[in-house]
Amino acid sequence: MGEKKNHAEKQYQEIKTKAEVKKPLTQDKTVVMVGTATCGKAAGAIDVRETFKEEINKRKLNAEVVEVGCIGHCYAEPLVVISKPGFPSLCYGNVDEGLSSRLVEDYLVGDDPCYEYALVALEPNEEFPTFTDFPRGMFEQKVILEQCGLIDPEQIDHYIAVDGYHALAKALDMEPKEVIEMIKESRLRGRGGAGFPTGKKWDFCCMNVQDPVRYVICNADEGDPGAFMDRSILESNPHQVIEGLIICGYAVGASQGFIYVRSEYPQAVRRIYTALEQAREKGLLGEGILNTDFSFDIEVFQGSGAFVCGEETALIHSMEGKTGMPRHRPPFPAEVGFRGKPTVINNVKTLSYIPHILNKGVEWFQSIGTPDSPGTAVFALVGKIENTGLVEVPMGTTLRTLVYDVGGGIRNEKEFKAVQIGGPSGGCLPESALDIPIDFDSLQEAGAIMGSGGLVVLDEDDCMVEIARFFLDFTQKESCGKCTFCRLGTRHMLDILMRITTGQGEKKDIEILGDLAVDIKNGSLCGLGKTAPNPVLTTLRYFMDEYEEHIQGKRCPSLMCPELINFYIVPKKCSKLCSACVGSCPVEAIYTREDGLKAIDLEKCVKCNSCPLACPPEYDAIIKVSPPERVEELEKENA
Amino acid sequence: MNKKISITIDGKEISAEEGRELLWVALENDIFIPNLCALKEKDRPSASCRLCFVEIEGFPRPVTSCTQPVTEGMVVNTRSPEVDRLVGTAFELLLSDHRLGCSKCPKNKACALQRIAKERKLKLKPKRLDKFEKDTPIDDSTDLFVLDRNRCVLCGRCIWADRHIARVGAIGFSQRGIKRKVSTFGDKLLKDSPCIECGECVEVCPVGALVFKKDYGK
Repeated sequence: MGEKKNHAEKQYQEIKTKAEVKKPLTQDKTVVMVGTATCGKAAGAIDVRETFKEEINKRKLNAEVVEVGCIGHCYAEPLVVISKPGFPSLCYGNVDEGLSSRLVEDYLVGDDPCYEYALVALEPNEEFPTFTDFPRGMFEQKVILEQCGLIDPEQIDHYIAVDGYHALAKALDMEPKEVIEMIKESRLRGRGGAGFPTGKKWDFCCMNVQDPVRYVICNADEGDPGAFMDRSILESNPHQVIEGLIICGYAVGASQGFIYVRSEYPQAVRRIYTALEQAREKGLLGEGILNTDFSFDIEVFQGSGAFVCGEETALIHSMEGKTGMPRHRPPFPAEVGFRGKPTVINNVKTLSYIPHILNKGVEWFQSIGTPDSPGTAVFALVGKIENTGLVEVPMGTTLRTLVYDVGGGIRNEKEFKAVQIGGPSGGCLPESALDIPIDFDSLQEAGAIMGSGGLVVLDEDDCMVEIARFFLDFTQKESCGKCTFCRLGTRHMLDILMRITTGQGEKKDIEILGDLAVDIKNGSLCGLGKTAPNPVLTTLRYFMDEYEEHIQGKRCPSLMCPELINFYIVPKKCSKLCSACVGSCPVEAIYTREDGLKAIDLEKCVKCNSCPLACPPEYDAIIKVSPPERVEELEKENA
Repeated sequence: MNKKISITIDGKEISAEEGRELLWVALENDIFIPNLCALKEKDRPSASCRLCFVEIEGFPRPVTSCTQPVTEGMVVNTRSPEVDRLVGTAFELLLSDHRLGCSKCPKNKACALQRIAKERKLKLKPKRLDKFEKDTPIDDSTDLFVLDRNRCVLCGRCIWADRHIARVGAIGFSQRGIKRKVSTFGDKLLKDSPCIECGECVEVCPVGALVFKKDYGK
């Protein structure tokens, strides 16, 4: 080891010195950073970027417009960070073209930071609160999201300037075994969902087989509805993942790595290609990395969108040109993987932690989170919540903190009903489970799974039977059809759920549904089938009353299932002077009564939910009722 | 040849070759374990029919015996309430997607499903589950045999025989999920496919999905 020591480190320092010149936030120039991850673009970030560029050019200002990734505050997209010498760096939310022009005029030219539009300041200052002054910032602890939205993902120098690829240099100055030992000691667990110890997986890959050829694969086949953690990380800081993958390759003795990414993530794919190219140019990837004798390269493999290909054996089959279908494990891929060789497959987030653990040490990593699940958890917080976005909290944070403090609580002052955690493989947890700490083991006990990080918040208007049906519909469509339980079992469960949500359910259906769910969980071949019943099992466990209401009362208590509700215009609230609902109805089911008030022809009504939205809030006259027959009673009462 | 070891299945002591799959060890010793997709010659079991569950002492839950190598001193029970429940459900699921009416089926009395039902005292009719109504046209385009997908259990044995015994590659799986089926390339009739009508696929079909024409209407 002696001679080898510091070889890579020296080479790295040279690269870093050159990169630091290009640091994004230098003090002599104004920098405007526009978040142009897919989420920002969808909200209009391209127009914002162009406006800034135009206005700055017009006025010939000494300011640079930089594209960055996602800072995680999705509710306020498009987001812009302006860093002007003499001022704290300020983040502005909901920026449009008008505000862009105004910021150039008033702030860049005129020194007025327009605090009224600012969301938060990035560093502590006298003038404006920072992230840590808000509840969300107090509970968040950013590790793998730290640089997301603050560096240009398409400029490797930005990453290197914040100490990027330093961990790689450190790793290369260690023996591969020492790297594995370090990851083992850190007790890092895989963030793909199941939480298998990462170090153990790496060790397994090297120990069991004599074969010198090994592969490492980054699994970026994110497919859960409502989840976007991996996409955001790849779009915002691809080098962090690449660095993790190279270190993984070095540790297990692989010379070839792959990133398996969905082709439905075009921007992530582009940014990965750019990042790989830049890493090669810098000598951080390819032959003789950082002047050592370690050679390693990464290829991108674009998946075609099958959800099951996130399962590691199906992923391998798909890369080998076969149908994306799982096989029985063992042998695990770490033993017999891609092209029959030992293969480590790690999730995007798992690999993102690697550079941090090498840089800051095992003790630092274990000081975050819980003893059995150290580190942080990244969630895509979506649904009926005030502050949607990408959040990172220490493991062990309770769901309550996540929903109410980090997420800002339920939107529109509605009642909380459940969190759906872990996507189609996860479960729905009720109010009573809100004090469960978020870690791999506690969530499993409650019937959900950590999953890869999708977290959907549901309120009183969400029907839990319908939610179970929605997720079953997803898994049933995504089942590859290989094994009996998943192919036929999920279809039967879906059929039963469809019967219940349309009022055709019978009492015995609940029992059959529960029994089937347990058997599919125990009997399926792969992870998809084994976890597909979770949404059903958890809703049966925590929301049985809603199932019973659907079956016995033929009503949907959340007024969501279209077959079990009707719309009704309350005459006392309706106004002769307004006909907003009439215009909103796509099937002309709403007519004007003789007295000038409006009413709905239920024969024609398709229950599209347009009219209650069109009815002005000062009247709020259109209600939903369940069971549907309730309309007749109301008509009599109001006659 | 691997070394001989001793295991116990249902209380019976059995000498077996170390590392062989438990399913074959049991079947060769006249101990029945339900199975549809297993083929001894296959390199790797497909483990897709989910019928061959057994209980092994020291294992937390039932395992598929086709994927389980035997080890010295292994104690196996082919029946237990948990195993019976899984096998029962898997069997019922398969029946819910299988055209019933055994008396009209050319495979009557030689069908693997009938054997499983008899051995395990299972009903040859789904009890709790509705039947999936499917009515796929029968492919009787070849001179030698008939392919009736309404009776297919998707075990994949025909596809394996087509590729590894006949070495033709006329059939494979297409579609996915509930739509998965045995099909020719482009979903053509067998006579318009590379099929050479060797009959190897028919030999391995455990049910009445692939049947020689000479056996039809018997």
